[in-house]
Amino acid sequence: MTYREAVRAALRKALRSDPAVFLMGEDVGRYGGAFAVSLGLLAEFGPERIRDTPLSESAFVGAGIGAALNGMRPIVEIMTVNFSMLAMDQILNNAATLRHMSGGQLKVPLVVRVATGGGRQMAAQHSHSLEGWYAHIPGITVLAPATVADAYGMLLAALREPDPVFLFEHATLYPLEGEVDETQEANDIRRAVVRRSGSDVTLITYGGTLGKAMQAADVLHREGISAEVIDLRALRPLDTQTILDSIAKTHHAVVIDEAWRTGSLAAEISAQVMENAFDDLDAPVARVCSAEVPMPYAKHLEAAALPKVEEIVSAAKEMISRHG
Amino acid sequence: MAEFVMPQLGADMTSGKLLRWRKNVGDRIQRGEIIADVETDKADIEVEVFATGIIERLLVRPEERVPIGTVMAIIQEEGKLPGVEALPIPAMTEVPAAPKIPTPAVLAPPSSAEVGGPRVHISPVARKLAADLGIDPVSVSGTGPGGRITMADIEQAARARKAAPAEAMPDRAARMRQIIAAAMARSKREIPHYYLSTTIDMSRALAWLRQENLKRSVEQRIVYGVLLLKAVALALCEIPELNSIWSNGKVMQCTDVNVGVAISLRGGGLVAPALHNTDRLTIDDLMKSFSDLIQRARAGSLRSSELSDPTITVTSLGEQGVEAVFGIIYPPQVALVGFGKVTERPWSSDGQVSSRPVITATLSADHRVSDGHRGGLFLSAVDLKLQEPEKL
Repeated sequence: MTYREAVRAALRKALRSDPAVFLMGEDVGRYGGAFAVSLGLLAEFGPERIRDTPLSESAFVGAGIGAALNGMRPIVEIMTVNFSMLAMDQILNNAATLRHMSGGQLKVPLVVRVATGGGRQMAAQHSHSLEGWYAHIPGITVLAPATVADAYGMLLAALREPDPVFLFEHATLYPLEGEVDETQEANDIRRAVVRRSGSDVTLITYGGTLGKAMQAADVLHREGISAEVIDLRALRPLDTQTILDSIAKTHHAVVIDEAWRTGSLAAEISAQVMENAFDDLDAPVARVCSAEVPMPYAKHLEAAALPKVEEIVSAAKEMISRHG
Repeated sequence: MAEFVMPQLGADMTSGKLLRWRKNVGDRIQRGEIIADVETDKADIEVEVFATGIIERLLVRPEERVPIGTVMAIIQEEGKLPGVEALPIPAMTEVPAAPKIPTPAVLAPPSSAEVGGPRVHISPVARKLAADLGIDPVSVSGTGPGGRITMADIEQAARARKAAPAEAMPDRAARMRQIIAAAMARSKREIPHYYLSTTIDMSRALAWLRQENLKRSVEQRIVYGVLLLKAVALALCEIPELNSIWSNGKVMQCTDVNVGVAISLRGGGLVAPALHNTDRLTIDDLMKSFSDLIQRARAGSLRSSELSDPTITVTSLGEQGVEAVFGIIYPPQVALVGFGKVTERPWSSDGQVSSRPVITATLSADHRVSDGHRGGLFLSAVDLKLQEPEKL
């Protein structure tokens, strides 16, 4: 099963099991979704529950919030994170805020799926990784499923949350093949997961860069460096404990984040490590992030701007000194 | 509650090894009593305690080497209930207010690894590990980026220490040479020395001493060196800026005059323990203390306060036939007085030339603290004191 099919399988399962669930977004119905995630769902569930919307993110996210306030379980798809900027007012000022401003009288059980990330030559208006901005906002949960199993299980888990949940699906992951246990109900969405254990350096990442971190760990292994790879999974709240436990063992950390470096989630993780694990560090935390430019269209320039396996490898090697 | 900490017994001492405890838990101990024997790079030292009370806990085992400042014992002070005060009071603040102001804690210069020295470039986890393993990071060279000392470097140093204990722990003579090397290099690097010398007529002093010694049994006889020490101590009372300590870029005048006496050791190297309150001791008491100090220095049983308290050093190379010695100041002191041998010289006074015993007195002084004018007055004062030996 692919990542795309895993999301679709989870959507289907949710739509079948709960009549309050419906999907809404640009081209999710007749076109089957910009990334073909919802292909076939319109035929199975009909236009009431698979709703094509006008090209107005503010309107359909706002409609999702309204539906959630009134007892529905809407799943809203936003085609790319760059477009989600248009809905930011609804997200920040309503979705994330209403429970607090109403003293708990209102709740917004909204799930928003957002495609994110570069690497597909879609240029600067379709390719950025802005999930770190969302992770800044109290009142919402921000998830980044990086595996096929998580694409399935985390969406189901998101539908059980009483407050807004944002799922960021890196667009390069949709063709990824993997195993899914469809009998599984939902995944734990509070914990980071160690995807590979190691003893010399901790590679901390999430979403689209997990694969690069795993490749880097392979290269490092061949060079005699044992890398541990942490998949954050949840960007808000961050599972800091898993990070600290790993650094207590390895004493070295590299954060890999496809977002821009300045003011990023990678910066937040570095700060938390400094605050909580200062005495465990043998070297300053290193960050591998995207170049601070609007994402280029040209293939070679885009490749140059994104985090690379070699950069992760050299950041890890640079901080580890070896004797003999 | 008072803490007994590993004292700093020399400018460049960073750690000491506990040889044995003189007291047990539950023993009563009086301020000034010897609590422990500590091995430093220079000597085995009897360490005094600065609190009176009952020993509550001994925290360091014999043969353990700990950094200076490490709490070694907890003393339940008399008249104070356990746990009443939250902050341990540094032992020396309990010294009666006047006149003793200088304390070892104040006198001790900071070690290079602490304030004032160059910052050690070391990772946090390596620093923690080094402390756990008792490795001085200053002695480790870093292989990390920019020469940073990493955890691997400390582990390597620990392995090296294990593999070659002889190399890591050179014999005491070699270690003392290193300590002297460090102190003297630092002195010459940091202290702008100036040097003055004067020749002093010793005929009156020696004549007086001959008469005095006739009254004394052989054991009680006084050597002329004691007159020199007393003359220096009294002259310091007149020129007190030379009786000071330079610490953290500031000069602090000491109220006590504790003249340190440079004593060469048979195994090589030297120590310069203090004669406490040199200015206030009678000549006879000074003689007693002086010979006691020399014997104990050579036997390797000096007390901690003797090593930490000197406020100036006097060195004499007269026995070696040297005419004048221009010494290097022992930090954090700010002056050193040298004496050569007593020698017969033609001496002209009142138009008459006669042969007299003379001695060359020299002053090495820290120009940050005093100027040649004051230094000159000091040497003149020493001269004057030696012309009135009966007042010494």
